[in-house]
Formats: sequence, structure tokens, C-alpha cells
Amino acid sequence: MTKTITDVICPFCGTLCDDIEVTVSDDGKKILEVFNACAIGNEKFHHAMAKDRPVRPRMQQADGTYKEVSYDEAVEYTAQMLANAKKPLMYGWSSTNCEAQSIGHEIAEAVGAVVDNTAAVCHGTTLIAVQDVGIPSCTLGEIKNRADRILFWGCNPAHAHPRHMSRYSIFPRGFFTGKGSQSRKLIVVDPRHSDTSKLADVYYQVEQGRDYELLQAFRTALKGEWLPDVVAGIPKERIYEGAELMKSGRFGIIFFGMGVTQTLGKNHNIDAAISLTKDLNEYTKFSIMPMRGHYNVTGSGEVLAWQFGFPYSVDLSRGYARYNPGDTSSIDLLIRGEVDSVFTIASDPGAHFPISAVKRIASLPSVAVDPHITPTTEVSKLHVPVAFVGIEVGGNAYRMDNVPIDTRKVVDPPEGVLTDEQFLERVLIRVKELKGVKA
Amino acid sequence: MTEFLIKNGFVFDPTLKIKGDVADVAIKNGKIVETDAVKKPKVIDASGKTVMAGGLEIHAHIAGPKVNVGRIYRPEDKLFNATAGLKATPTHMNTRMEGGFSIPTTYKTGYNYARLGYTTAMEAAMPPLFARHVHEEMRDTPIIDEGAYPVFGNNWFVLEYIKNREINNTAAYIAWLLEATKGFAIKSVNPGGTEAWGWGLNCLQVTDPVPYFDVTPQEITTGLIEANELLGLPHSLHIHGNNLGNPGNYTTTLDTLKAAEGHKAKNKFHREQVLHHTHIQFHSYGGDKWANFESKARPIMDYVNKHKNITVDVGFVTLDETTTMTADGPFEHHLTELNHLKWANVDVELETAAGVVPYVYSPDIFVCGVQWAIGLEIALLSKDPMRCFITTDHPNAGPFTRYPRILKWLMSQKARDEQIKAFKNSDKVVNGSEIASFDRELTLYEVAAMTRAGPAKALGLSHMYGGLKPGLDADVAVYNFNPEKENSPDEIEKAFSTVQYLFKTGEKIIKDGEIVSNGNKRTLWVHAKVEENPQVMRDIEEKFVKYYTVTKGNYEVHGKHFIPNPLAIEVDAT
Amino acid sequence: MNTVTLTPKKQSDLYLEVNNITPDMFAGKSTEQIAALPVYVGNTEHPLGEFFTVTGAAGASAAETRIVIKGDSSRLKYIGMKMTAGEIEVEGSADQYVGGWMAGGKIHVQGNVQAFAGVGMRGGELLVDGNAGDYLGAAYRGDWRGMQGGKIYIKGNAGSDLGYFMNGGTIVVDGDVDVFVGTHAEGGTIIIKGNAKSKVGGQMVQGEIYVFGTIDVMLPGYIYRQELEKEVEGMKGKFALFEGDTAERHPKRKGQLQYAKLYLKQ
Repeated sequence: MTKTITDVICPFCGTLCDDIEVTVSDDGKKILEVFNACAIGNEKFHHAMAKDRPVRPRMQQADGTYKEVSYDEAVEYTAQMLANAKKPLMYGWSSTNCEAQSIGHEIAEAVGAVVDNTAAVCHGTTLIAVQDVGIPSCTLGEIKNRADRILFWGCNPAHAHPRHMSRYSIFPRGFFTGKGSQSRKLIVVDPRHSDTSKLADVYYQVEQGRDYELLQAFRTALKGEWLPDVVAGIPKERIYEGAELMKSGRFGIIFFGMGVTQTLGKNHNIDAAISLTKDLNEYTKFSIMPMRGHYNVTGSGEVLAWQFGFPYSVDLSRGYARYNPGDTSSIDLLIRGEVDSVFTIASDPGAHFPISAVKRIASLPSVAVDPHITPTTEVSKLHVPVAFVGIEVGGNAYRMDNVPIDTRKVVDPPEGVLTDEQFLERVLIRVKELKGVKA
Repeated sequence: MTEFLIKNGFVFDPTLKIKGDVADVAIKNGKIVETDAVKKPKVIDASGKTVMAGGLEIHAHIAGPKVNVGRIYRPEDKLFNATAGLKATPTHMNTRMEGGFSIPTTYKTGYNYARLGYTTAMEAAMPPLFARHVHEEMRDTPIIDEGAYPVFGNNWFVLEYIKNREINNTAAYIAWLLEATKGFAIKSVNPGGTEAWGWGLNCLQVTDPVPYFDVTPQEITTGLIEANELLGLPHSLHIHGNNLGNPGNYTTTLDTLKAAEGHKAKNKFHREQVLHHTHIQFHSYGGDKWANFESKARPIMDYVNKHKNITVDVGFVTLDETTTMTADGPFEHHLTELNHLKWANVDVELETAAGVVPYVYSPDIFVCGVQWAIGLEIALLSKDPMRCFITTDHPNAGPFTRYPRILKWLMSQKARDEQIKAFKNSDKVVNGSEIASFDRELTLYEVAAMTRAGPAKALGLSHMYGGLKPGLDADVAVYNFNPEKENSPDEIEKAFSTVQYLFKTGEKIIKDGEIVSNGNKRTLWVHAKVEENPQVMRDIEEKFVKYYTVTKGNYEVHGKHFIPNPLAIEVDAT
Repeated sequence: MNTVTLTPKKQSDLYLEVNNITPDMFAGKSTEQIAALPVYVGNTEHPLGEFFTVTGAAGASAAETRIVIKGDSSRLKYIGMKMTAGEIEVEGSADQYVGGWMAGGKIHVQGNVQAFAGVGMRGGELLVDGNAGDYLGAAYRGDWRGMQGGKIYIKGNAGSDLGYFMNGGTIVVDGDVDVFVGTHAEGGTIIIKGNAKSKVGGQMVQGEIYVFGTIDVMLPGYIYRQELEKEVEGMKGKFALFEGDTAERHPKRKGQLQYAKLYLKQ
């Protein structure tokens, strides 16, 4: 008999869909079918079943080949590397649960490391903007139940967050939005046409790198002030019209993605978008929300913040927490040559960092903890395969709107494969021994 | 477990009616015991020192989403304000790093309460959808026992049931939600007004109908009082009334308090009030604009003093730069329009909202001076210290770490006079308040009632906390303070800033002012058993399917990773 | 004034945090005591004397103390952090946070400085002969109270986010600057003698920016008011005055809205 597990949480993107149903084999070892998930989510569950998946740690040899080692040896190597480093970087955390993050933070505190998550390359700039001007936001259910003005700025949920539009933003029929998409106006701002912009009632093809100017122009237009004839490639009449359209709604929301967080202007683009949202609250109700990528990058920021006070790029090397992206942020640390060993977990900097930073990882003592073989595991000295969080082990995660959802285990991990938590717990014990910290 | 005997201290304890007599306190198996019940105790010499039960925080924002928004968006609150943890103190302790001033990290929160002699604290506003987050933070707050109040005053179930006068259903839903979120009491913040904020609106008066739901704040408050007493929960309805922070709001506050009239507490926990009004300082304002802002502490406290079924906590303004945060969403928007500082807001589907704005209570600003005076007037006008408690609505009126400074102002007229003199607009502060004419100085016995016995009774936890009676939890604080000596205001503040010794459920936590243990913190929640109510269960199912964005199965808080050490208070309302 | 000279003995493998190299920390100390002050490499602590030979003598107070750092300082972070008086002369280039949170005194760097020079500055003088990195004279993260006073003078070019959340004081750059100048400023004066790129004066409430060269793209919230004669940093000329940022709120004084002023040399 197969069995079907309900209320499963998809551990892929920040949408964190929690209505997945998974049919597993009688012995609880095989995933047979996945229902309700998008194509990416579906793939993520089935990927855990891959036959060629590594199930034991692998140590890089002098000739570049890998040799299988035991978890004991992997724990020892990792603990020694971290305990002996002067400034180790512990990066990633965005695709694991909050419990693993917590243990990792304790290791980082004991060894005096820098802890950073993938916000460093996606929504870290958003966090900087939030620190400068705040953020009026809401949970996704508020959009579903109330919103009649939806803006997507520099993001393409049709591809990156496939169920976002149907679950939360455009199509759902909520309490005060009984007509679903008919009760909403969709505005899309993007330099490129996309499958999201095709759905838009109003589309602004902003000039590349001029989002800040356009956002500020909307703010100026809201106040009824003078504008030049064309801003960021958009005629001023269309900007005044857009401002009016936003104002005239009962409840609006701006969703934004890496099209604005990582292009020219970075945090300032978000700062202006937040300021626009704040201005709109003088006329109606408006919110703004980042389209977070990894399913638990938000959680990493939350746990770091309550434990150390900062959401990413936290430097614990001096024994207390410091934070200043540009100094304490991973890519800067790597490129500037500020760290002497690299521990990555639940992320793939090898695929996303600039090549000079990746080269630095390759030149340093390094450990990568990841269920997959990735570009990062291939440049690291040690690869520690682990169980998939949200599939083979549960644990808490935070959705893009900061709502905590406890992920579920649906199948057992392959025989003998440790979870992130189990591996980190063993490293913590060893590190405390090495550092002489009272257990 | 080790036995302890705390000898020869000046003991202050309203539960035993001891007013500074020299006495011994014995600890065994985590409880206070008779002094002859310990055989070979470790002896703590408390001679010349003050001994009290561990303090109880009845209202503070210390764990959960909006507190963490504060941490995330105020890095400047931590700049040059952090202390080292594991790495610096590896061998003798296992204490974690600490950081932050107005919104300290969870570790610093736990350690700082312990340093002040506090052993229990209540998180004052838990958005139910974020309950897991609140519990994770409480888990990481060492030493102190904690509970959290889920917010109900703008919850769609509650609005609908109360509109239909379905108090049984309201109670059944509350019981379900307390269990689902592992919550402790019924909190109501700006009833109705926060739902109105979903549309950018507010309910300022108790008769303003909530948009669409067509129920008034007054009806919500009355309905929640009735549901609370139907269930017989340990704590009463805990309310933050409408119209917070505005000149002239004291009349709204009196209207809110009137909801308690005719209601009597029904519970097995010896609680006597049916309504706790929190941070009443923010609700005791006269005038009709900032220019003629003035204290209305007297009419408020006249009312409170006369009505024994009401308790209050103060929310003292401490004159610091701090971070305001509340589920009163429209108020925080109003505040950011006033001070132009960064504004965070989170509206929570079907339930509540929250806002966060930094605020500088400057002694140079006349309104801040009057706010400071109002807080002190409320405490000094209180005729029953068992019904008026010390809080700063942390961090809203100031960080809780300022309690010793508040004690200084309450216990010393000289300290108050010095502060009045230091205000830039001293004359205007004196004109707008009565504080300069007060000569009352609180005794330590009264302080023990306002910080220990009183809050314990109001929370329905007097069977565990708040005193030194044998059988109670062994939560004991020893302060380096000799009440028989003449103490200067600054000596008062210093003595209460760091305890000499602290015991939590019998374990030594602080020795000679240094933290020596992370304790064994517990999470308090209320398990209220009610008759099966199929209608409410159907309504819950339906709302999850149609309006929530998480499934019902993914809403409830389960598991050791959220609550490693739960302590359920059982209530049978069947 | 007495002078203490620091001559490098060896380079650190990672960066060296030298927040203790200030006249305030050196004042009243012997060379041995100065050599014993801690410096930091990552999570390790070392005596300053491990990396520098300390010669000369400190004054009795910070104001009477001058520090000369010889050789290459390009891996030294936090030179002159929080200093209140006295002088520091850096003969080479310095890394991040030179003069961070400084309140008084004078720092002269003969080479370049990296990011966050003069961050949170309250007073004093910071003079750099070479180039400056990003966030020159900026606020610390999240703080709405950026540079309060003092003067920063860069003879070369400066990076992005110069004068972020500036409230007072003066920043002069002889060369060119990168994007975002004076963002969120509520006071102070910024003088760019070379060219600026775009995003100049965004969300600025009050304060002044002078640009002697060109601005690639003006922000939409700046309105041309008039042309006027001005003498700036010893240079006389005609400037076009723009006021903005109209997207932002502005305080009123005597019934008049107060804008930030952007002067563009004609």
C-alpha cells in the first residue's frame, strides 16, 4: 500500500507552498507522485530519489579526484578547519531549516566566524533599504483577501515563483476580492517583456538601470509636482496615470525581485520603492514585499537577527556581532582576501558568486555541505552530502512574508546519510572541545 | 538539587506580609520551603541586603515578528553596544553573545531580566499566524519563564461571533487558538481599529463601528471579557485600548474601562480582575492638541482605584531613544507621520497587524516630559499596589533595563525633582502635570507588590510566582541594598541594576552579579478544555480553506524544536 | 605636540584592525605601553608591537599627540576611529573606516582610502591626497544621523554613496564621483569639482551640492530655479540652481518649503 502525505511544504522557493501532497511507497523510502507542486517543486521532490546521489563525504585529493571518507573524518576536518582559522566564513543557510541554522550560529560564535546567507547576492540590498526607511508590508493572505492593485517590479513570478500568482497575488478569490483577477489591476515594470508582463493591465518598459529615477518620478507625480517630459524612457503622462492608478485602489502591493535589487541603484531602488509605498499610505492602503528566492533565506535572516541582531553578513570574529555589508559581506570578504577558510551549507556560491570570489574559495581550506553535487562542492576540499530538508527531515522555515511554516519529512534519507542538524551538532561538540568551551 | 539557605536578609514579600524584617529563605527541590526543611544547605549571607521573590514582567515585547523587525531594521541600535559570548568566556561559563539596547537579542533579553532580578516575563502580543516565530525566540531566551498573549481583538472569527453575540463560540474558538498557538491569555490591541487599518482606517472611539464587520470596540471588549470569564482563564482580558497616544484620549480610556462594570472574575486561580489595561500612561492624556497636552492621570487613577475588578500596568517613559512597536498598526503610521523616522508595518491575514517606528523621548521636548510625569503620577496615585504594575511597555516607552531608574524616581522625591529641573521646558512640564506636587515615595514593600505579588495574582499564577511562601517556585533575588541606610537616588538605581544573587526554580543563576547558569526556562501556556463545538470547528476549517494562505495542518505549533520545556496550565471549562 | 612613529615590522596575513591607533589611545602612554595595545587579526588578538616598531613619544593628551604611520597601511582597518583630537599622518594608503566616527583632530592620508572613510563623522578633518572608496562620510547602516560636522577633503576621486544621510559638515572632492551623492541628506555641503554620474541628491531634504563638472542624468525631482554667481572653495563662477528632491517631504520655514539645493557650474 502506498500512502499519501498531505500538507507537505515545498522546499524550493520563498513562496513556500504548503498544500503539496506526496504519495510514497509502503516502506516510506520512495517518493512516487507529487501533487499540487509547480514544475520546479515537483522536480525538487523527485531529485531526492536520484540514483547517482552521493551518500558519503568526499575529500578532494591532490590530483583533483575525490575519495570517499567517513562522517567522522568529515566532522574532524570541518571542526579543525573552523577552530584553527583566524577568520572563517560560514556561508549559505538558505536551503536548510532554522534548527540547523541555530547550531551553525553557535559554532560560528565559538570559533569567531563570519556568518552570511544568500541575501548577500539577492535581497541583502532590500534589507539595507529596510534599515534606512523601514517597510510597510503584510502577509500574503492580505493580498489574497484585499488587494486590488498589484505591481510586479523587476521580477518574473511566472518563471521564478510559479504558484505565487495563483495562490496569493493575481487569481485567488479572497474575502473582499470575490472576483479574483477581475477585481485586480496588474502593473508590471521591467526592462524586458516576460510571461508576467504579458498578463499586465499596464506595462512600463523602464530603461535599464533607471528604476530609481522612475520610482522617484512616481513619488513626484503622486505629489502633483512637475516632471520632465520623459523619465527612464517613460513619457510623463504615463507616469501621472500610473500614480493615479495606484492611488485609486483600496489596497495595493508592490512585489519586487532581483531585477531591481541587484542592478544599478541596488538598495536605493528598494528605498525609493518603499518610500513610494509609504507615500501611497497617505491616500490609500499600500504594502511592499520582496520576492525572496531560497525557501528559507528569510528564516536565516530571522534567526541571525534574534540571536545576533543583524539579518545577514554578521561578523563574529571579535567575539561580538558586527554588521556592515561592503565590509562583512561574503563576496567582499573573499575578493578582498579577508577570510582564511570557507564553510558553505545549503547554497551554491560556486554558481552565483563572481569568478574571483569562487577562485578564492578554491584556494582556501573549504567544506561544502549539500545534498547535491554543485559547482561549490566541486571547488571545495570536502563535500559533505546530507539529507534534503523538507523532504527527508522537517524543521522550521520562513516564507517570503516572514510567516513561519514547519516543513515535513516525507521519506527517510538514504541509509547512513546525516541531516544538516546531525552533522552540525557533531561539529559543534568537536569545536567546543577544540576551543575549550564548557559543554 | 542543591539546597540553599538565604540568611539574614531584609525580606519584602506581600504574600507573607513581611515588610523588611530580617528573615531567612530556604530552597529545596526548586521550591521555597520552611527554613527547617533544609538539611545541609549552601548558605548565602544576605545580611544588609534586600531579598525578594523573582520579578514578573506582565507586559513586554521581547519575542516574535515585530520585535525581530526592530532588530533587523535597527543595526544602529547595536553599534558599539554588544558584548562578547562563547569565544571570550569559553571556560567558566557558556553564555552567549549579547547585543542591542532597545531591542536586545534574545540572549541579552534573558540575561538582562535575570540581572534585574526578574524570573518570568510575558510577551505581550503574539500574532497567531506567527506563533512559531514567537516560540522560537522564547526558546532562545535563556533563564526566564515566558508565556505569550495571542491577539484576539481584530480576529475575524472573534469579530463575527461577537457581532452575533455568540459568546460560547467565541470562547470555544479562543480555547482552540490558545492550544494551537500555545498561548497564555487573551490580548486585545486597539479592538476593531487594527482591522480597520487593513483599509488604512482606524477606530478611535469605542463606538466607532469596524468597517464591514459592523461591530464596535466596546462590543468586542465586553464579548472578550465574557468569553474569558466563561472559560475561567488564569489571566483576564489584557487590553490596549483605542486611541492610544493622542491628546485627550483619557475619555476613550474611561469608556474602555467601563466595559468591566458589572463583571466579576470567575476562575480557580484567585485572580480578582476581569480587565487588565496595559501601559495606561499612553492612554491618560488631556488637552486636544500637542500644544496644550497635559496629564489626566488623576481621573484615570480615581476610576481604577474605585474599581477592584480592574488592574493596570503603567508603561513608564524613560526618556531614552527607543523603538516603538505595537499591534496598533494605525498608531505606528500616525507616529511615523509625526517623527518621519523609518516605519515598518505588517498586516496579518484575518488576525491583526503590527507597526514599528524608532522614537526619541527627548528631555528637551515638553510632551516627552509630561509623558514621563504621567507614568510616575499613575504609580504614585495608585491606592492598591497589588493592582498597578511597573512596566515600560518595553521597548515602547523605554527599555525594561531602565526599571532601576524608575524605582529611583518612584522611591525618591529628590530624584524626581532633579529630573524636573533637568528638563529644557521644566515650567511647561510642571504646568502640564501634577508630578512636582507629589511627595509620596514608594516603599520596597509596595515595589514588591507592583513587580512580584501583584502581577503574579493578576496573571493567575500566584500559586507559582510572586512570593516567598513555602510551596512557591524558588525564584529569589538578593539585591545589594540596605533599606535601613540612607540611600541616594543613584545608589537606589545602582543597587537594583544587578542582583547579587538570583535563583530560578531553585537553581543558582547569578552569583556576585555574574551569570553562572543559563537556567532551565519553561514556556507557559494555557490548555483550556471546552465542550466539543462542531460549528466552531467547521468555521475554522472553512476559513483555512478559503482565506488563510497556510493550511490548518500547518498552523498549529507542535514539537520540541519550538517548545522544549512546556508548562501547561490546565483549565476545565466543560 | 609630540610625535609617535609606527614603522611596520611585518605584514599581517589577513587584515589588521587597528582601532586603537588614535591619539586618544596613545596619549599619556610610553612607547612600551603603546606597543602593548591590542590589534586584531580576525579572531586573534596581538600586541601592536608585533607588527610595528614604536618610536618617539606621545603627548600628555590626545590634542598634543601626533601619530605617523610609515610604510604601507593598505591592510589596516579603522585608523583613527573615534578620535577626538590630535593628528594622524598616514604615509601610504589606508584600508576601510579611516576616521570612522571621528569627532575631532586631523587625519592626513598620503595615498588612497577604501570604503567607509569618515563614516558617522562628527567633527575634525580628514584629508586624502589620493582616491576614496564608497560610503565616504556616510551614515552607519540604519542610522538617519550621518555625518554631523567636520571636513573631508579628497584630492582624487570618490566612490558611490558619498554623504549618505549627511546632516552637517563639508565634503570636497577634487576629482570625479560615482553614483548616489548626498542621498537622504538633511544638511551639510558637498562640493564635487569633477564630474558626477547620476542619482545626485536623491531623496535629499536639505543641504547643498555643488558640481563643477557634469551630471550624466539629472533626477526627475529637481527643478531649475535660476542662475547665480557664487564663490565656492575659492572659485568664483556662474551656477545653475536646482531645487529638490520634490519626491521627498520638506520642512517649512516661515511658510516656505525648504528644499535641497543643487548647484551646477555653467
